[in-house]
Amino acid sequence: MKLELHIWRQKGPREKGRFVTYPVGGIEEGMSFLEVLDVLNQNLIGRGEDPVAFEHDCREGICGSCGMVINGIAHGPRRGTTACQLHMRHFSDGDVIFVEPWRARAFPVVKDLVVDRSAFDRIVQAGGFISARTGSAPEANSILIGKETADLAMDAAECIGCGACVAACPNGSAVLFVGAKITHLGLLPQGQPERLARARAMVEAMEGEAFGSCSSHRECEAVCPKRISISTIARLNRDYIKASVARPRHASGKVQEPVGT
Amino acid sequence: MRLDPRIPEGPLESKWTRYRDNVKLVSPANKCRHTVIVVGTGLAGASAAATLAELGYRVVAFCFQDSARRAHSIAAQGGINASKNYQNDGDSTWRLFYDTIKGGDFRSREANVYRLAELSVNIIDQAVAQGVPFAREYGGMLANRSFGGALVSRTFYARGQTGQQLLLGAYSALARQIGLGAVEMHPHTEMLDLVVVGGRARGIVTRDLLTGRVEGHAAEAVILATGGYSNVFFLSTNAKGCNATAIWRAYKRGAGFANPCFTQIHPTCIPQAGEHQSKLTLMSESLRNDARVWVPGTKGDTRDPAEIPPAERDYFLERIYPSYGNLAPRDVASRAAKRMCDDGRGVGPGGRGVYLDLADAIARLGQDEIRDRYGNLFEMYERITGEDPYRVPMRIYPAPHYVMGGLWVDYDLASTIPGLFVLGEANFSDHGANRLGASALMQGLADGYFVVPYTLGEYLAGMRLEAVDPNDAAFADAKRLLAERTARLLGVRGSRTVDSFHRELGAILWERCGMSRSERALGEAIGKIRELREGFWTDVRVPGDGNDLNQELEKAGRVADYFGLAELMSLDALERRESCGAHFREEFQTPDGEALRNDESFSHVAVWEHAGDAPPVRHTEPLAFESVGLAQRSYK
Repeated sequence: MKLELHIWRQKGPREKGRFVTYPVGGIEEGMSFLEVLDVLNQNLIGRGEDPVAFEHDCREGICGSCGMVINGIAHGPRRGTTACQLHMRHFSDGDVIFVEPWRARAFPVVKDLVVDRSAFDRIVQAGGFISARTGSAPEANSILIGKETADLAMDAAECIGCGACVAACPNGSAVLFVGAKITHLGLLPQGQPERLARARAMVEAMEGEAFGSCSSHRECEAVCPKRISISTIARLNRDYIKASVARPRHASGKVQEPVGT
Repeated sequence: MRLDPRIPEGPLESKWTRYRDNVKLVSPANKCRHTVIVVGTGLAGASAAATLAELGYRVVAFCFQDSARRAHSIAAQGGINASKNYQNDGDSTWRLFYDTIKGGDFRSREANVYRLAELSVNIIDQAVAQGVPFAREYGGMLANRSFGGALVSRTFYARGQTGQQLLLGAYSALARQIGLGAVEMHPHTEMLDLVVVGGRARGIVTRDLLTGRVEGHAAEAVILATGGYSNVFFLSTNAKGCNATAIWRAYKRGAGFANPCFTQIHPTCIPQAGEHQSKLTLMSESLRNDARVWVPGTKGDTRDPAEIPPAERDYFLERIYPSYGNLAPRDVASRAAKRMCDDGRGVGPGGRGVYLDLADAIARLGQDEIRDRYGNLFEMYERITGEDPYRVPMRIYPAPHYVMGGLWVDYDLASTIPGLFVLGEANFSDHGANRLGASALMQGLADGYFVVPYTLGEYLAGMRLEAVDPNDAAFADAKRLLAERTARLLGVRGSRTVDSFHRELGAILWERCGMSRSERALGEAIGKIRELREGFWTDVRVPGDGNDLNQELEKAGRVADYFGLAELMSLDALERRESCGAHFREEFQTPDGEALRNDESFSHVAVWEHAGDAPPVRHTEPLAFESVGLAQRSYK
């Protein structure tokens, strides 16, 4: 099959970008979308042009490296599918396809389709963990976790951190990403001691980045390649509100009086 | 090259305990004065970096991905072994140890493997405490499943994403330390050389992949946890970015390279579909718990699988290996599948495939239960092939997956260069000539969480290392060499892309140094690799320059290193005149086509020393089997 690709080309973070049109032939239906870009890049190098930069690694839909907006939809037209797992049998000969990087203020463009998603890492560094020093763990079966709870935690834990949720959100909000982590850890008994502190730290870190707020468009859920539910956002809100009204405590356990009263 | 494995004295069962009782400790006040470099943030690297930072060391960590969370450990599917014996089915530290030694076809070091089996239980405890959502029984206990090469059920799992969940656990521990300022993290940064000062590893030279900036980083010790080199074959189950550059550079700086020819071909991968294919995708071995592997009983049977009645099918693993059946180890299962296809009974395009059929299990357990166990794998298969595995049996074929070979390390995971430690798949230590399923995650985490935090202390305690500055001559030299190499790669301006060379190299290796090897083919491989390397340096085209994100330049550097590695693999395979585990030499097989070991001449680790322009030198570390008897491996 033959395709007409319109790809966003941008040399660097401060350069002006534009769409460039590339006809590509010899596409087979068993190829993945990234393999189409591979073919294009081989052609471009042959012609002495700069290949299209894009992030990719595992090509199995699990590392979260790849991500591009394909015809206006983050990761393309197939639900629950990363760009690397999108195969060309879902396209037809002669299709015109627009390919853009994630568009979000918090994810500045690095080059072509590559964006800087380090804001996600900073949010996790602020609190997206259970503090469990190596060596301090109790026997694994000493704390029971019901199958249903474990399954729900796993549903949320499947997030691959690709950033599609942010790219799809009209506000560029990261609440689905943050909600998924808060839900995963907050459902488990091991995550209880730090549950509220975690919610507060992660939400505050998120607000310190250039993400927008959630106004319940649900676009994030629609494009999430792991089909993370927006119920995780409800859990984020609940834990964050609880954390906000709970008075902070000193390490001594005594309630701290708010400053200035 | 001195190869002292430094195995502690005493009975096997108490070696590690005694080691820990006697290991030198670094005082808490001094730990923060030691800088430790960790390259790679997969299971081994992230767990090591986090744990060392918890202990108080100053850690500087590097990964080439844009985030530490994306290291390729994330793609491991099926599970992680641990001898918890929660199933009461007879498991024990000894049994996990023995299965691993036997699975590796008696080519690994007893003491290391025993320690691994011992530590396996601590890993599960640690992961659960971090919030890894392992599968559970209805009563709330941890669930298990079975993997190849074992008769007990000892594999812990999180759906088909065990590697992802374990890595996110280690990544979160690492993120916590980054947030606390105890780890300095450099994502999008690739190590391109090791710096050795006064005979000790004292730093690395890196390239920032976004800006092209080349920098030196000095430290008291360097830890490589940079994974395996299956991508030398071009088509493998590895992520596209996985590469051998870090360990290859260390080899060139004097680290011994052990058993480079021990490469694992995984039996259950989705067959290649077309010439543009960029990678191969694994279907977890865990499927073999419930699947039956078969081919048509007669050659050239092109009927739809549903139309072939059971009596006309050959369930060849069950037929040849009645006691292990579909759970025969990977090397054995891969070769059996290849034999079926060579015999003209393969299925699918080109006849390179066998069926992995879950119909019986679906009928027995119902579609819901199968979806619960393997849902994401079925989805992945459907996306790639366009076929619905709930209705049509999957087609699978072996593909390069894991490498048992790697940098040589002693019991302390220290390489032949003092101060250079190697963890996880990057070292050679625990899997002999064949790794059992669900053991890679176990090894990476054991090395990072529980081994190197002790052995690094043994190295650093009481050591007075002279201060080294990243502006010193050794760093400047390494940077200059790197700049010359980059200029050379960019300057060829030839006519062929990096990928076209890589594909050709992969094909040479796959055909001659893949599942089946012979003296003639290996000799041929070496000649062809040399020829291709010359072609590369005279005709490769690398566009752009070195001053910004240039993915072709990154690939070019890695492929340039693969030529040397491919040659070393072929040489190692040529010199090992026996068959063992995944290394199958056609000249050495039993009458029924199984691997025929030669313990008298080859019960050793082959360790290669780089010798500049001269051919590399082969050294050996003899393997002593004091606790287990050497036996002909049988899964029949």
